[in-house]
Amino acid sequence: MNYDPFVIPFCAGVIILAITLVYRYLYWIFTLSKADKFKFLKGIFSFRIFKAGKEVFLESLLHRKIFKINPLLGYMHMSFALGWLLLIIGGSIESKIHSHRPFNAPYEPIFFKFFNHDISSYAWANEFQFLMDLLLLFVLSGVMLALIKRIYSRMFGMKKTTRLKLGDWLAMMTLWFIFPLRFLAESFTSGMYHNGGFLTGSAGTFFASFLPLQNLSYMTWWAYSFALGIFFIALPYSRYMHIFTEVVLIILRNFGIKNCKVYNSFSAIEVHSCSRCGICLDKCQLLKAARIKDTQSVYFLQSIRYKNVREEKAFDCLLCGRCQEYCPVGINLNNIRISKRVELATGNHNFEYLSPVVEKTAPVIYFAGCMTHLTPSIKIAMESILKASGTEYLFLDKDGSICCGRPLMTAGEILKAHKLIEKNTKLIKESGAKTLVTSCPICLKVFKEDYLLNIEVLHHSQYILRLQQEGKIQLNKMPVSSAYHDPCELGRGSLVYNEPRELLNSATEFQEINQSLKKSLCCGNSLGGLELNSVQRDLIRIHALSKLEKNNPDVIVTACPLCKKTFARDSKSEVKDIAEITWLSMQNSVKHKLAEEVALQN
Amino acid sequence: MINFGYTLSKDRQIDFDKADRRIALFVREHEPSFNICFACGTCTATCSAGNFTEMNLRKIMTMVKRGYVADVRKEIEQCMLCGKCSLACPRGVNTRNVIRKINQALELYAL
Repeated sequence: MNYDPFVIPFCAGVIILAITLVYRYLYWIFTLSKADKFKFLKGIFSFRIFKAGKEVFLESLLHRKIFKINPLLGYMHMSFALGWLLLIIGGSIESKIHSHRPFNAPYEPIFFKFFNHDISSYAWANEFQFLMDLLLLFVLSGVMLALIKRIYSRMFGMKKTTRLKLGDWLAMMTLWFIFPLRFLAESFTSGMYHNGGFLTGSAGTFFASFLPLQNLSYMTWWAYSFALGIFFIALPYSRYMHIFTEVVLIILRNFGIKNCKVYNSFSAIEVHSCSRCGICLDKCQLLKAARIKDTQSVYFLQSIRYKNVREEKAFDCLLCGRCQEYCPVGINLNNIRISKRVELATGNHNFEYLSPVVEKTAPVIYFAGCMTHLTPSIKIAMESILKASGTEYLFLDKDGSICCGRPLMTAGEILKAHKLIEKNTKLIKESGAKTLVTSCPICLKVFKEDYLLNIEVLHHSQYILRLQQEGKIQLNKMPVSSAYHDPCELGRGSLVYNEPRELLNSATEFQEINQSLKKSLCCGNSLGGLELNSVQRDLIRIHALSKLEKNNPDVIVTACPLCKKTFARDSKSEVKDIAEITWLSMQNSVKHKLAEEVALQN
Repeated sequence: MINFGYTLSKDRQIDFDKADRRIALFVREHEPSFNICFACGTCTATCSAGNFTEMNLRKIMTMVKRGYVADVRKEIEQCMLCGKCSLACPRGVNTRNVIRKINQALELYAL
């Protein structure tokens, strides 16, 4: 067996890394809830494991999601992940073919060139030399890009990159050193023995012309081994923990384990899967518009990991979900933020004064929600539409709403929220309705996710569109241009994007803006941002409004009473809810019809 | 006594020695917008909970400022945190956080 003392740092690193990782993953899996553990065991013996494998390949190795965000950034991550893995696999096969044994010491593939100089002694030696050099070049190109990214991140489509902690810097430096050192070590050895592929061979000949390779080569192998060892030991305590944890996360996610609003070991796995790539930074309106620089998801997850969560940072996020939409690891960032708020929740509740009674039963119930009561024009329009369409409905909260519970939930007060959920559930069940229509996306989200209703829950834009498709109402195109604002809780929160747009296309001359759909901006008054002051909210609103007003639309349409109220404050264009626009357009068509009838009679 | 159609209110004195300003100071420190409230009562007019009960944010804030803390917990427990008040507030008081901070202070000082 080949051996030299310089392999010790590498071997020590690998052993310590393996023990740490196995201990941590077993601990997290054992501390999962009973139901989740059952899902895990069931998942291992199902076809889901193959689906998970596919996702691991696409996301952890190819980094497909990062490619979609920026191809150069994707290439950089891919060269590290895929390149390194292929180097390990290629090296293993090469060393096994060389030694004619299926097993050899774990360090042999890594330091293959140090121990074996005779390239004619095994099959496909030249091909392997070429392939391994090519892979090394692939990874080195990634290292090069990583260096450039530190200096000029805009080339990678990133205005801001993460401010790293000292530990991360150290781990990153050793990672950067690993591959150049491997290149030098292999080149020096190749130079001495006149072998090597197109890269290390040529570099070796070049170095041999002016360097004392006999002395240098051995030292470089030591340095290479040390760099590997230090990196492996630092890995579990730095951001590079994501390399292995992301794989575990993808597997668990494919087994159907989900993040709930309470911090548990699955949340811990998510937190450790964050690579601190910083893609969330540019997407955060708090940074862009309100100049808050230390609350973005990357920093928040970091503070969870190092156990120094500050209360104001847990509570100043808007929970708009933009970071979550772009996160290449797919971490449920909103729920993690809420789970930390839950730990900081205070105060008692007394909702005894709420004793809801239902007046009558109806197939459809309309729940306006607190915010809609603050913008009465929406509920007036909605009632007019329901009446005009001949729907038999019950206005559930006509005399004031019992809050849906979502605002308490975003503040981390889950127990209190569930008290309200009980009250409203009783009311809804007693009404005997089959369909619940709400005007408020905040209510919509909680009705769908946390109420166990077993009835259809629709946002009013969805219900109005259905009425139109069934021919119960008719919309007339008005000669006004419109822009649409996707409310966070309706778009990213409940995935309702098309219905309001279809209505707008029938009722107005609709123009899509740049930052729409999944990229839509928050209006700034989100109930998530408890610690934001009015100036910060104003800055966010002004920024979002500037994007909406870009094409000078006659009317800015939204589908959330909270957004409407916020924008209406200082918008140049008129701000209307989708229900109001529909009602205006219907009145137009009613007039149209009357005019037609009059014309016929004449 | 002759009935004039009106009566004298019961005498109420503010005893500054007995006023408990701890909650007010805590909230002021952690949510400065507490200070800029001018007690217009818009929050109370829009309040979802106030629609069903006597819950009155304006009164709560005044009680906290004056140091009458005995009844604050009973009152504030009824809040549903729906956030209508913060949208309606003409001064931009961060009412939801004021409520959260009052709750925290109540817990902190075991009131």
